Amino acid sequence: MNPVTEVPTDQSTDRVGRSEDRKDAGEKITGKARFAGDINLPRMLHGKVLRSELPHARITSIDTSAAERMPGVVTVLVGSELEHFDPYWGHAIKDRPILAIDRVRFQGEPVAAVAAEDEATAEAALREIAVEYEELPTVGTLTEATADGALEIHQDQPRPGLFHGLGKLPERDGNVCYRYQLDAGSVEVAEAEAEDELIVEGEYEFPAVYQYAMETHTVVADFSGDEITMWASCQHPFLVRAEIADLFNLPLGKVRIIVPYLGGGFGSKSYTKMEPITAALSWKAGRPVRIQNRVDESMVTTRRHGMRCRMRTTASRDGKLRSRSVRLWLDTGAYADNGPRVCATAGDAAPGPYAWDAVHVDASCVYCNTAPAGSYRAFGTVHMQWIGESQVDELARRLDIDPLEMRRRNLLKPGQPVRPDGSGKPLDADLIGDVEKAAAAIDWGSPAEKWTGRGVAVGLLAAGAQPVSRANVRMEADGSAEVNVGTTEMGQGARTVMAQIAAQELAIDIDRLTVQGADTRFTPFDRSTGASRSTTLAGLAVQRAAADLREKLLRMATVAWGIDRDELSLSDGIVTGAGEQATYAELIAGHFGLVGGDVVGEGEVAPEKGEGSYAAGPVFWEICIAAAEVSVDPETGRVNLNRIATIADVGKAINPLLVERQDEGAVMQGLGNALFEEMVYDDGILVNDNLLDYRIPRIEDMPESMTGIIVENGDGPGPYGAKGCGEGAQAATPAAIVTALADAGVQMKQLPLTPERVWRQIQKQKEAE
Amino acid sequence: MSETTVQLSVNGTPREVVVPAEELLLDTLRERLGLTGAKRSCDVQVCGTCTVLVDSEPVSSCTFLTCDADGSEVLTIEGFSETPEFEEFRQSFIEQAALQCGFCTSGILLTLKSLRDAGELTSREDIIAGLDGNICRCTGYKSIVQAAEALIVVPGGSSRGTGTPVSNGDS
Repeated sequence: MNPVTEVPTDQSTDRVGRSEDRKDAGEKITGKARFAGDINLPRMLHGKVLRSELPHARITSIDTSAAERMPGVVTVLVGSELEHFDPYWGHAIKDRPILAIDRVRFQGEPVAAVAAEDEATAEAALREIAVEYEELPTVGTLTEATADGALEIHQDQPRPGLFHGLGKLPERDGNVCYRYQLDAGSVEVAEAEAEDELIVEGEYEFPAVYQYAMETHTVVADFSGDEITMWASCQHPFLVRAEIADLFNLPLGKVRIIVPYLGGGFGSKSYTKMEPITAALSWKAGRPVRIQNRVDESMVTTRRHGMRCRMRTTASRDGKLRSRSVRLWLDTGAYADNGPRVCATAGDAAPGPYAWDAVHVDASCVYCNTAPAGSYRAFGTVHMQWIGESQVDELARRLDIDPLEMRRRNLLKPGQPVRPDGSGKPLDADLIGDVEKAAAAIDWGSPAEKWTGRGVAVGLLAAGAQPVSRANVRMEADGSAEVNVGTTEMGQGARTVMAQIAAQELAIDIDRLTVQGADTRFTPFDRSTGASRSTTLAGLAVQRAAADLREKLLRMATVAWGIDRDELSLSDGIVTGAGEQATYAELIAGHFGLVGGDVVGEGEVAPEKGEGSYAAGPVFWEICIAAAEVSVDPETGRVNLNRIATIADVGKAINPLLVERQDEGAVMQGLGNALFEEMVYDDGILVNDNLLDYRIPRIEDMPESMTGIIVENGDGPGPYGAKGCGEGAQAATPAAIVTALADAGVQMKQLPLTPERVWRQIQKQKEAE
Repeated sequence: MSETTVQLSVNGTPREVVVPAEELLLDTLRERLGLTGAKRSCDVQVCGTCTVLVDSEPVSSCTFLTCDADGSEVLTIEGFSETPEFEEFRQSFIEQAALQCGFCTSGILLTLKSLRDAGELTSREDIIAGLDGNICRCTGYKSIVQAAEALIVVPGGSSRGTGTPVSNGDS
């Protein structure tokens, strides 16, 4: 590990902690920024995918001959052509064929693929492929999938994928492909001891949701000879590389993934998605192929898990939270995708940030005949926080304790174990201080009108994934430098932040630094871009790489001038010592004796012990805190978010404006998830598979006031005490909306909070009164 | 499939393309003319990321037939970004970091330009009404409103926004 020595610069020239302009802004504003769909290779074909119209069926025959005869069609690929190698993939569970083999398990499953000279021809050729099916009963819901004697969607035992990261996979139990359980203390005892009034329980539902990255999944694959190059809209290029190498039996070095700008990710482009099918089509066509999904195709490529949950929380008369019992089921669709991890994270988030006497969590990840579900911003916590926090508020109401006071009494304090069984990283943030700031920002405690309510919500999200990131910084002979780091720029501002970190270590202007997307052939390994990990982990690798480079450059000065390291000082890229002075470029020229040459600094982050600190993870707890004020119209059931304050507890904001911008986006996605977004399934058929029927938040949906509060306690494990952000506000927003709505008098147990649902609940409560 | 010859002015340059009658303007721009600044997303005129100006009017090029643009002037982000007028847009969007992934940005900039040219960028309300057909999934819109406020043209006067937000920026 490279030691990060004290940086010899003064505070006035700090490159971190400043809202530098985005490095990608110029390219993006002028339309020059290149996305995967903008790449056009010589002889490139256009691929289209024939998708199953049925949610569950046996394939009895596929006839592609008419399609193959069409002018302009180069090739048609079906699953049976792939059976001579092992065509199954899936990073968690290897359960998914590149193209359907023998049966289809969800509406939208790829059955065949066409490569043609242009997109219109490829599209037309799909209509000429004749597939005969024998329908099977649809196991379309969690209730159906978990019923006794339910039809099993998969027949084989689950094979672990390359990156399941969940210890030993349990055996499949009916349609349950993964289960996470956690027990501490005895909830039976706590519940038996609790007064009836202080036991809150309920059944809750969270809908399937579409991430809607505006750029749909897009891949250009060029399978040429024994190697393959891909331009892919992917967040985790190195994990995609490994899965492609595994599928096609190639050495890692023969698979090259190049990541252009991403038009949004939010988890929808994490792990492998459309890469295997595009690679297979290019393999068969012998030419480069581009596949760009339509929106309806991306919706069934991955989505957020729908969930059903039963929760029971108890407290004692003095307002102490005592026990929580949780049973939850996640609909992971026909293939596991990231379901097992989502399940574990939801289980991890279920207790909430409180000190309990007893906790019981039992979480199941369930196959259904629906589109595969995977990652979406704040997964797991977004599912659980609104439920747990509404039960805490209900107990506070019954005890006549202010919800904020209830949290002061019960929230975990820094250093306390988060997981009730004591495992993993203890709390690394000041939750009480944070929630008080958020509440103050919406005038907590001031009088509110009828049908207006305020709520707070506090949650924790296990962040960081595995702590494996490498980076290097290469300085050219002219003193400019490239930061080579595998982080994917998908809008979060990673390239800007990485440049700021390197600039800080090298004491040069960020304009002297170039940061590009990953090209796995040249970029050092980085585990992934997700789980709010990039600034913390890839940023730490960049910091170490830049410091290593700086020390190499300074060593050149000590050699050239015959003095010690501690006699040197550095300011604005100029090294001074013992009456001598040189720029980096001059040091490099002096070293090589030529107007060429370069110097490379290396940095890495690796697990610190044995099984890795991930076993005792997470890398950090991301803080999910919001305070909201909502109004509800009792005549229509329409809920309006009047104002919201969120906390970005980031340790150190490398770029404060970009931190704020992350949370504004997260609030708006959280608002959509809470108020109206829902993928509607009817017996395995996705009913609203377009943006006319699936509503994304528009500019008019903006709350009247949105306040982002940055908290910098320097308590993160990343560079300069930083820790990640950007997901917390997405989990906290629905939770704060739900608790605020309950404060306004409407208690909801199902999301989204559509006017009809809210109106019906108001009528139900009126009748009960 | 019948093909049509279409005469266009694209970013001020006369272009003649021979296209199938059903070809969409977005495909002509992206695949034939290599102008990839306009992006495809929803295909149903909801998201606005394919917005270009046809005779100064914003259109969703994903649902606009190329043959219907015959004889028209088409402006894409590639053309707009080279005009002196663009500088103000560039500055305000960079200053406010009013973009993240950038996929929607060209459509938003062209929509704002058309609003301003039509005298319909006079207030915060105008911005919100005018950008109703442009989705941005990343930013939550607040930064876009702040950037657009610097582009407001006050009615009756020639004074343009000076970069000072009209509102207190609290929303």
